[in-house]
Amino acid sequence: MNTQEATYKYALRLGDSALVLGHRLSELCSKGPILEEDLALTNISLDMIGRTQALLKYACELEMQGKTEDDLAYRRSENHYYNYLMTEQPNGDFAHTIARQLFISVFEYLFYTELEKSKDATLAAIATKTLKEIKYHMQHSVEWTIRLGDGTAESHKRMQTAINDLWMYTGEFFEMDHLDMFLLHQHIAVDTHPLKAKWQDYIKTALTEATLIMPIDSYMQTGSKKGIHSENLGHILSEMQYLQRAYPDAKW
Amino acid sequence: MATDTQLDLWEVFIQSKAGLPYMHAGSVHASDEKMALQNARDIYTRRGEGTSIWVMPSKYIVASNPDDNDMLFDPSNDKIYRHPTFYVMPEGAKNI
Amino acid sequence: MHNEHSDAHFQLRIDNGEHIEAKDYMPDAYRKHLIRQMSQHAHSEVIGMQPEGNWITRAPSLRAKQILLAKIQDEGGHGLYLYSAAETLGVSRVEFIEQLQSGKAKYSSIFNYPSLNWADIGAIGWLVDGAAIVNQVSLQRTSYGPYSRAMVRICKEESFHQRQGYEIMAKMMKGTKDQQAMAQDAMNRWWWPSLMMFGPHDTDSPNSSNAVKWKIKRETNDELRQKFIDKTIPQAELIGLTVPDKNFKLDEKTGHYKISEINWDEFHRVIEGHGPCNKQRLDHHIKYHQEGEWVREAALAYKQKHLKKELQTV
Repeated sequence: MNTQEATYKYALRLGDSALVLGHRLSELCSKGPILEEDLALTNISLDMIGRTQALLKYACELEMQGKTEDDLAYRRSENHYYNYLMTEQPNGDFAHTIARQLFISVFEYLFYTELEKSKDATLAAIATKTLKEIKYHMQHSVEWTIRLGDGTAESHKRMQTAINDLWMYTGEFFEMDHLDMFLLHQHIAVDTHPLKAKWQDYIKTALTEATLIMPIDSYMQTGSKKGIHSENLGHILSEMQYLQRAYPDAKW
Repeated sequence: MATDTQLDLWEVFIQSKAGLPYMHAGSVHASDEKMALQNARDIYTRRGEGTSIWVMPSKYIVASNPDDNDMLFDPSNDKIYRHPTFYVMPEGAKNI
Repeated sequence: MHNEHSDAHFQLRIDNGEHIEAKDYMPDAYRKHLIRQMSQHAHSEVIGMQPEGNWITRAPSLRAKQILLAKIQDEGGHGLYLYSAAETLGVSRVEFIEQLQSGKAKYSSIFNYPSLNWADIGAIGWLVDGAAIVNQVSLQRTSYGPYSRAMVRICKEESFHQRQGYEIMAKMMKGTKDQQAMAQDAMNRWWWPSLMMFGPHDTDSPNSSNAVKWKIKRETNDELRQKFIDKTIPQAELIGLTVPDKNFKLDEKTGHYKISEINWDEFHRVIEGHGPCNKQRLDHHIKYHQEGEWVREAALAYKQKHLKKELQTV
């Protein structure tokens, strides 16, 4: 694998996470707990779709097969998708949506802060733009975590359950495989190992203020870097890709 | 079951460019000031309308009574000496 | 001296083209009419999120998904502007929502129709938003200040809605046979309901005369409908869509299109609750409203706790 091929896959991984999470959030349209929140979640979803476009477009350029970002999004099957398992988890109740947002946005904040220093100019530029958005996503999820955790007995219980349920998908954030190491040596990829302690600090601070208990690490789910997913992704894709698959000759 | 809540009503003021006055944009519902700011951002600056936001609880806005309009606003109509055009400048005076 | 609290003085202000503000004197009937119309308008925006929301997860490209999501978000925002403007009349959003969910308040009947294929997203943007905008542009000059200001903002934001819908239709009409068939199918199903959006004929419209006198409504149902028909038929023909009306024709003398009579039985049936999706739309609203209740309670409980803490430390 040369650098260009590796970078293609790296961009694809990042793009897929943004795509799938953006899709999950878009499912919530008209289902928010209050109209104001509906608009807030939509904004986050739109940021994610925008980021997807930038990353997949770059992946297409690196792949040099004349594809578009839509070809990548709508014509791959699930075992060629590389999004974090966390992103495909169902929205659940609002506590699950917020817990997922909290875990991801804190991780992405740390990740894209490092990616901004990448030797790959395009990835660095995407990181700079993305960071501004992520800071807001992080604030949004932290504020809600605190309110739900330290709100009523019911909201506290729901939030704690959500944190516990999703914890096993956080381990993947800090995995480094051969591709990551290869690109790390070329100062393109981010070294996620050192991010783990920082991430835990951030999460701990938020959970403490929310009067919630930080789960203890046990078995962490893994697989997305190899294209192995939970059952959720297949359903997401069969819905998302329906028109492109049913009418392969059509242009939309 | 407790009675439903749609949280508190807040008024939103947006400054469209640094240096310009804050203008009333509308209202949002929110539980507290942080959420009110977030909601105002998500609702009233979706098209790059703002560089700064103020929010305040609607209940703290005090409005004048329209019945008092005669008393409050008419008396200033004839104070034309408050406007620069009231004064006669000598012919040829410059920079004044 | 005139009495500022008289209906005659109020009418004088209206006739002078003045705007009425929240604290100004207004006849009860004016207030009631506004509350009804504005809340109905707000409910329509919010319920209107559903038929389009039905296609978000199946939008066929990233661009299409982005546009659709942004558009539906706008609708939520417009519902919010309108609720806020209506709240200035002394009714809370809680009450408005109760009225909607109990069926006491209405929303535009058009949203009781299903969105069945992707071209429906085009048809909703082009025809439904197209019809709405004709009405809304007119409402920017409505006599009630907060309503008028909300409408100015809404019209500014909505200007892309109709264009994106027409773009979808045009693209599909240039596409494969399947796509053309979808577009025509959507046209067939949305054309008549969108004409019904303007309401009954002026002669059968019980609320119209006062609304025009008070300049809440600036043009009548039939005037607005005609405007919409006149601009939409040429747009349909331009991209090769057939207007599902065998009898429509251009009256050369007046420059206006004449169309067949609208099926008013259908109109009344859907208003009375027997459209294809009336129950589904309300059920959806109630379900997510109820599911959000614990979240709203939590936010409020958090505030109250921390307000108390602050007071104790002072």
